[in-house]
Amino acid sequence: MEPLTSKKKVLIQKPLNLAERMYLPAITKGLGITISHFFKKEATIRYPEVQREMSINWRGMHSLKRDEDGKERCTACGLCALSCPAEAITMIAAERKPEEKDLYREEKYAAVYEINMLRCIFCGLCEEACPKEAIYLDGPIVPSDYLRKDFIYGKDKLVEQPLEKK
Amino acid sequence: MDISFVIEKFVLVAIIFGISLVIAMYSTYAERKVAAFLQDRLGPDRAGPFGILQPLADGLKMFMKEEIVPTHSNKWLFMVGPGLAMLTACIGTAVIPWGSPLTIGGKVIPLQVTDINVGVLYIFGVVSLSVYGVMIGGWASNNKYSLLSAIRAASQNISYEVAMGLSIIALLLVTNTMSLKEIVEMQHGWHWNVLYQPLGFLLFIICAFAETNRAPFDLPECETELIGGYHTEYSSMKLGFYLFAEYINMFVSSAVMATLYFGGYNYPGMDWVLIQVGPVAAPLIGTAVLFAKIFVFIFFFMWVRWTIPRFRYDQLMHLGWKVLIPLAIANVIITGIVIAIVEKF
Repeated sequence: MEPLTSKKKVLIQKPLNLAERMYLPAITKGLGITISHFFKKEATIRYPEVQREMSINWRGMHSLKRDEDGKERCTACGLCALSCPAEAITMIAAERKPEEKDLYREEKYAAVYEINMLRCIFCGLCEEACPKEAIYLDGPIVPSDYLRKDFIYGKDKLVEQPLEKK
Repeated sequence: MDISFVIEKFVLVAIIFGISLVIAMYSTYAERKVAAFLQDRLGPDRAGPFGILQPLADGLKMFMKEEIVPTHSNKWLFMVGPGLAMLTACIGTAVIPWGSPLTIGGKVIPLQVTDINVGVLYIFGVVSLSVYGVMIGGWASNNKYSLLSAIRAASQNISYEVAMGLSIIALLLVTNTMSLKEIVEMQHGWHWNVLYQPLGFLLFIICAFAETNRAPFDLPECETELIGGYHTEYSSMKLGFYLFAEYINMFVSSAVMATLYFGGYNYPGMDWVLIQVGPVAAPLIGTAVLFAKIFVFIFFFMWVRWTIPRFRYDQLMHLGWKVLIPLAIANVIITGIVIAIVEKF
């Protein structure tokens, strides 16, 4: 068969010499290796108390942003849902009423905005597609749950807290 | 036999029994901690500070779990098995001298339950009985894998017992006695038997690993080959007893090794210490030294477990019969020749 790479390693199996057959040198060497780990820093993070620091391009749970005045940025244009390869995002648009002027930034808004967290692959394309800088994947790890229906996140879980509450 | 003698022995037995149970209990915790540290992990740290209540939690869990007795098992033997394993593990401590005699108010109290003149043989007898617990457990489960595992355990124990006995013979040639007390007293100060019998000690410790069913010789509990081993069918505290017996065995064999080869409660400079602290505190220091040695051995058991992979069964038999036994015989012959030469000149 044609070799896939130019790298080649010849394996030689020669009979063990006396020192190797006695096992003990190898065992002491192994004991030395394991005991050296005794003095190393453990790699474990005490998870619930200490959270791991994520990298700068970490993509976690989605959040729908508000603008400086606390109005929701999302205008329900549907570009995020369109760009989503897993088809995890669904939304229903509505027209805002005059008294809701301080709730939504533009005339059109998302009355229902749902992300199915079981479908989402956290690719970040919704974030890229959004022209209004309304959706970001800057949250924590999506928590576990028992029922499939509980993984469909509505606006109650996605929208950022209002400014005054912060 | 006066009543104070009975009380004294009873108290001693109770203390030793309690100590060996507590040490076995905390060995399970130490095992997990050592494993964790050797693998750059943390180990149990939830129950209490540093997780020191973990053994209690484990014990509680064992007691609370449902007890299942297989329908077609031999019910009586099924219950006797773990008890026998526990019993044989516990009675081994009776002949181990825990310290030099304690003098309280002019009364000399030996820190040894009984000083029989065949102490070494007693230890061997008890250790070879421990295979009954495993064998009966495996047989009574009416599970072919358990039975296979039990047979494995039995043949392994018998094979290694031979080499162990032979390695001990060389030691007995040196010490000229079978009483553990006399063997310890002979090693006063620095004259530890390991200096005279290094090969014998090596053989003994390898056999001790096999006898206690510890890695790399833990073939009776091969989960990949035999589901769980001889205790597959056991649940709740019956399983707990089997696991517990293993840790007590580890403690006892550590104590035996420390006594036979590492001078027991002797340590260099003990005569000087005796003059400094008096006849009451000095034996207790000796006991502490003995326990330090035991802990070092227990740690060594764990250290080896998390380093060396398990033997294949034919390799195990090969090592036992074709390597250890000839080496042990050679050791006996060499020791005999050396002693003959030394006595002649």
